[in-house]
Amino acid sequence: MSGLQIDRLSMRFDLPNGSSVQALKDVSLDLKAGELLSVLGPSGCGKTTLLNIVAGFLAPTEGQIILNGHKVTGPAAERGMVFQQGALFEWMSVRENVGFGPSMKGMPKAEKAEIVDHLLDVVGLQDFKEKAVYELSGGMQQRVALARCLANEPDVILMDEPLGALDALTREKMQGLVLKLWKETGKTIILITHSVEEALLLGERLLVMAPRPGRIHTEYRLPFAEMGVGKDLREVKKHPKFGEVREEILGMIWDMEEEIMGRTEDA
Amino acid sequence: MELLGNLWGELWAVLTTLFAAAPYVIGYILIILLMMVIWSGVKRLVTPKSDYGSLKTVTFGDESAVTSNTAASVVSIVLIFVFWGAFTGSKLLPGFLHAPGPFVGDGSFEYTITTPAGDSDTATVSVVVHPTGEEVDAPEVTEGDGIAKNDAVAIPVYRSELLRVDNNDEMGRDEETFITAVDGVAIAPGGSVDVAFGRVAMSDKGTLNIIPATGVQMEPIWLPSPEAVWSRLGEIATVGYRNSTLAEHLGYSLFRVIVGFFLGALVGIPLGYAMGLSNWFRGWFDPIVEFMRPVPPLALIPLVIIWAGIGEVGKIILLFLAALWIMAIAARSGVSGVRISKVHAAYSLGASKWQIMRHVIIPNSLPEIFTGARVAMGVCWGTVVAAELVAAEKGAGMMIMVASKFQSTDIVLMGIILIGIIGFSIDMLMRQAEKWLVPWKGKG
Repeated sequence: MSGLQIDRLSMRFDLPNGSSVQALKDVSLDLKAGELLSVLGPSGCGKTTLLNIVAGFLAPTEGQIILNGHKVTGPAAERGMVFQQGALFEWMSVRENVGFGPSMKGMPKAEKAEIVDHLLDVVGLQDFKEKAVYELSGGMQQRVALARCLANEPDVILMDEPLGALDALTREKMQGLVLKLWKETGKTIILITHSVEEALLLGERLLVMAPRPGRIHTEYRLPFAEMGVGKDLREVKKHPKFGEVREEILGMIWDMEEEIMGRTEDA
Repeated sequence: MELLGNLWGELWAVLTTLFAAAPYVIGYILIILLMMVIWSGVKRLVTPKSDYGSLKTVTFGDESAVTSNTAASVVSIVLIFVFWGAFTGSKLLPGFLHAPGPFVGDGSFEYTITTPAGDSDTATVSVVVHPTGEEVDAPEVTEGDGIAKNDAVAIPVYRSELLRVDNNDEMGRDEETFITAVDGVAIAPGGSVDVAFGRVAMSDKGTLNIIPATGVQMEPIWLPSPEAVWSRLGEIATVGYRNSTLAEHLGYSLFRVIVGFFLGALVGIPLGYAMGLSNWFRGWFDPIVEFMRPVPPLALIPLVIIWAGIGEVGKIILLFLAALWIMAIAARSGVSGVRISKVHAAYSLGASKWQIMRHVIIPNSLPEIFTGARVAMGVCWGTVVAAELVAAEKGAGMMIMVASKFQSTDIVLMGIILIGIIGFSIDMLMRQAEKWLVPWKGKG
């Protein structure tokens, strides 16, 4: 059984003041190997919690995650993670950062060097191999983070707003890179984002989540990721259906935010 | 209430001292400001600037526009030595820079006595003021004519002399004959008259007190000249002081600091890691560390002396304790400061707990540990000197403490300067080491 099954996941925990929070309720999802899923939702909808459970950093109170037939109980190299920023090891060079996973496995040096060289070529950082990571720009750092994750050959790549801190132009370039890597490596990818456009561009499947309790609101299957591979993403955005879906989702999230505001005011 | 009154009196004494010093401090500041004006004029002429900073119109309040001016630092250091030299009559300075010195050489004044009958006569007192430590006899003078006879006296510089000039006169106090004038100026008991070489005062009993001018320079026993300190440095470096050479004194102090610091770091860093990684260890040591941290190591000196004596063991225990808490807290905050995303990233890249420790937590905490080490070295250096002041056989602190008891101000000054230089060098070395070993500091 390959692929990733998210099986009736619920997450509930107590707060110090005695009340409790239902962060996730009954979230189920089947992801086939090689699928690209983007997750959208207003803040507090539990999308980061969901990702942390899949990564194995949190245990759900109910339900389970099944990857390739076995249950997820903790973090492991099969599920790589790319963070927004600040997760690179600044005491290591770009090369050492990318080679971190293979080093931990005790891979022979020559083999590791080959993987690192290849990935630095893929993300276009061959010239920065020996630089310290803090000498690179934000976009370059995220490319290092992508390469570091790929070097470990994970089955699933989890991305927690990886492009959130980048400027608009760099972000667009990186979106192209993510699509390219997805197509070339055939990895299963779950990407969390705040940007509706990014979710549309980088989601073969798109999940809109709703807050309180965190749950799946709507699921889309979209053609844009496939269309965008190797193309100019601005062309994809001009597609008539792109604008249509974007408006629909924006309206949906708008309504949720309104509801939250209303509820807070009532309380 | 009485306490408040006493404290107010003390405060008043402090304030009056400060007010007395104010003119000198203001003079010093004016000299520095004058230098600043001169330098900015010179600089405009010599190097027309064209870098980015020179184009800034807003510099007041722009922190990045303020850098340490090298010229000002040079002026600052040179000025200290110039003042030092000027007020000690240093031979390193040209004479015109010297502050007025004490009178040295030959002088004389005349005094007049008046008999009850109303007769008066005048005699001369020859005065020789000679450098301290030289044996100089009073010059031979002829007694001269009249009832008042000439006198002579030799006085060491900075001293004064009570002289009963009427002792050899034909008529003295016993005959109701008194001194009525000095250099033609009338004088009475309690009064004084300025003379060419200084001042002559009269005591309540009518004896003349000869006070040669002392100038405004410092006496060597209060402040020796720079060259005197320098030559004492050479002497102590070769001959030694109190059975040990200078290198031995300083070497012992440094040895204690280094051993104490390393032992402290050796225990403190793992302790800090344990506190940063385990609830139980945090709870176990938090009360101890938080209590011991605000206790100044100097306050432990008496206890350490009672328990371990004044030998090396006691000193090293003291420095160990001084470094221990600082290093433990630095390591603890280094571990606590690791971003959870780094740890999560390492776990999802397949690292084991041990690998996380070795490749993430330790390197991530090194900058904090280096900062702690710099602080700890500074505290240890200060503590060792203080501990040696209290009791020691050898060491920089012991050297200056013993010297102060013999009023060897030159050794005290030399010791203080050396202690400062060593402390500064330790800090510089630590900063360099930090640059080489943890270049990622502050870049995370």
